[in-house]
Amino acid sequence: MKTVRIDAKDMHYTPLNQKIRAAVADGAEEIILDNVLGQRFIGDGLKGNVRLIINGVPGGDLGMFMSGPTCIVNGNAEHAPGNTMDSGMLVIHGSAGDAVAHSMRGGKVFIKGNIGYRGGIHMKQYGVESRPVLVVGGTAHSFLGEYMAGGLVLVLGIGKDEAMTDRGIGSGIHGGEIIIRGEVDDYLLGIGAKKFEFTESDLERIAPIIKSFCEQFGYDPAEFLNTNYTKIGPASSRPFAGKYVWE
Amino acid sequence: MTLGSVPQKFKVSIDRDQCMDCGRCIENCSYGVYRREGDRILVESRKCTACLRCVAMCPRDAITLIEKPVDYRSHPLWTREVREDIIKQARSGKIILSGMGNARDLPTVYDRLLLDACQVTNPSIDPLREPMELRTYIGKKPSRLKFRETESGDIELETKLAPNLELNTPIMIGHMSFGAISLNSQLSMAKAVKEIGTFMGTGEGGLHKELYPYQDHMIVQVASGRFGVNIDYLERGAAIEIKIGQGAKPGIGGHLPGEKVNEEVSRTRMIPLGSDAISPAPHHDIYSIEDLVQLVRSLKEATEWKKPVFVKIAAVHNVAPIAAGIARSSADAVVIDGFRGGTGAAPKVFRDHVGIPIEVAIASVDKKLREQGTRNEISIIASGGIRSSADLAKSIALGADAVYIGTAALIALGCRVCGNCYRNLCPWGIATQEPHLMNRIDPERGAVQVANLIKGWTLELSELMGAAGINSIESLRGNRDRLRGYMLDEGMLKILDVLPAGA
Repeated sequence: MKTVRIDAKDMHYTPLNQKIRAAVADGAEEIILDNVLGQRFIGDGLKGNVRLIINGVPGGDLGMFMSGPTCIVNGNAEHAPGNTMDSGMLVIHGSAGDAVAHSMRGGKVFIKGNIGYRGGIHMKQYGVESRPVLVVGGTAHSFLGEYMAGGLVLVLGIGKDEAMTDRGIGSGIHGGEIIIRGEVDDYLLGIGAKKFEFTESDLERIAPIIKSFCEQFGYDPAEFLNTNYTKIGPASSRPFAGKYVWE
Repeated sequence: MTLGSVPQKFKVSIDRDQCMDCGRCIENCSYGVYRREGDRILVESRKCTACLRCVAMCPRDAITLIEKPVDYRSHPLWTREVREDIIKQARSGKIILSGMGNARDLPTVYDRLLLDACQVTNPSIDPLREPMELRTYIGKKPSRLKFRETESGDIELETKLAPNLELNTPIMIGHMSFGAISLNSQLSMAKAVKEIGTFMGTGEGGLHKELYPYQDHMIVQVASGRFGVNIDYLERGAAIEIKIGQGAKPGIGGHLPGEKVNEEVSRTRMIPLGSDAISPAPHHDIYSIEDLVQLVRSLKEATEWKKPVFVKIAAVHNVAPIAAGIARSSADAVVIDGFRGGTGAAPKVFRDHVGIPIEVAIASVDKKLREQGTRNEISIIASGGIRSSADLAKSIALGADAVYIGTAALIALGCRVCGNCYRNLCPWGIATQEPHLMNRIDPERGAVQVANLIKGWTLELSELMGAAGINSIESLRGNRDRLRGYMLDEGMLKILDVLPAGA
């Protein structure tokens, strides 16, 4: 495997991304970025099957518009990792800020710790291939999966008594599903969101995702496969159909 | 039904002496006004929208259409419209949805601005003989240029120039998405802008494959729903526009109803078939001016700083400071959409009551940017109710670099401004995804009509400039001395920075 190492110390994001692109063009299969400290837009619009190992804390919009690559972050991430991402994978060995996986269309975002507000907001899906997945090991703040139009948000609540304690879950949701480990109080649901029965077939469906998440972070998947989940989806796929009358 | 029915809006009648019973009215009316019973064509006026398709297609001029055949008792406050809106809401309890632009009879500032011409003391210029420079560059201009002398003694430009769009005329076509309008409408406009050497917007509907041959003339839009947005889409566009707001509905998002999301629309927007396409009111990754900077730069970074990025906002009360913020965000142009801007569908109360006129927005933004020394950092594109070359010339004299037209381009394709764009039944084949209606537009012929309109305005602009003794668009830009206000109050003149007629 061709590996390239880049020292990102004191480097602005534009030259950093230029170096990453040049390495990809040069056939690199793995790029290790050391001393990353707040550089935004790492992997922005990046294509291909390259693997980025990010040592440090990347700035906002990590992997935005990304199509294909995998980014492993050994640290926390800032605002909106996976923003409008098309395909590929982000694995964050820490927590992340607001609007994680905003408008994401495909690929996977795995967060070991917690995320901020508006996680998975306006996530969408298209066809069989483009079905985005956001898995949060810890918990999430308010408006999780707001305006969600597709895909899957899974919150495991590791180390928490209750996986979710913030309100506004799935407000305006009109597609996709939010699955939360354990019970979720009704008052935490946003307008337009509804609880559905979590069935054996649902568990079967998400089992490969749980296993893949556990593999990344070294958890034993057994405890997540032998537990209860709450499934939240849209009360209607046409939340605004009844709001208007024609002139 | 204690409310009963409201009086019909239009009355359609057929002059039976003229009618040759060809049935073209039946074929053409998608609203179902006409039907044949036995040997007679019957008319159901209540279904009429005054789209005038039947009138245009009747070979004998046999159709007459009267507006408001039955009216209410006249009242200056409780107008027909007010009364009918109340009745509608009493029935439904819902938000009233409307199409096209602001339909209120408010004074139009453009109509109270007059252009200048030369007489005796300085000669006017004949565009027939003298070249008229209308070429417009949209994007950042350097505040100063640095040169260096090469070893061979040549002079080379040292300053790195930001990417600009080169327009042969300061007229572009604004963003009308595939979904809101038909592919054939978009194709007609795309062919026209390519021929003219200008640009058009995709709207927030993605870029249909059939438009790829015209991608060098397309400005791709990134709006709050991020529909159709991926790296391929961003790389195809000549420029990228972030839509924050729209003049027809400032402050709110958009909902494309599931009925309009057919297979093609679904593929282009990259959303499931038949699902509602909901654009939230804000971009959820932009909650501040700092976040806007981040979105602008994320788009530049994704496309390796090769493409200009525009930011479109609705003209609202604080438009000038907002634009000043945008000028400092790395954006290359700010698009200001005035309160008369059109739309496929907007809540009527927004369309008719929210926002400010484009004329004052241009003037105050231009002034603010000049005061702050950032006017060269950003181009100003004005839109929202530009109806003619006169509106265009006045916009530029007030400080715009170029304009976007929308409704005017649709009228060139056949639109009669009936305002029923949201019903998917547009008989002119514009605001519809129905194949049999959309096929009423032949993109080749449509392109000629749209190009003709832009050519006509361009010729008129040259003549207007020549008459004013100006031979370059640069000299008209922000040249308020060539404008005079007529019947405008002092406050308005001050905002516009224009003298009253006679002064």
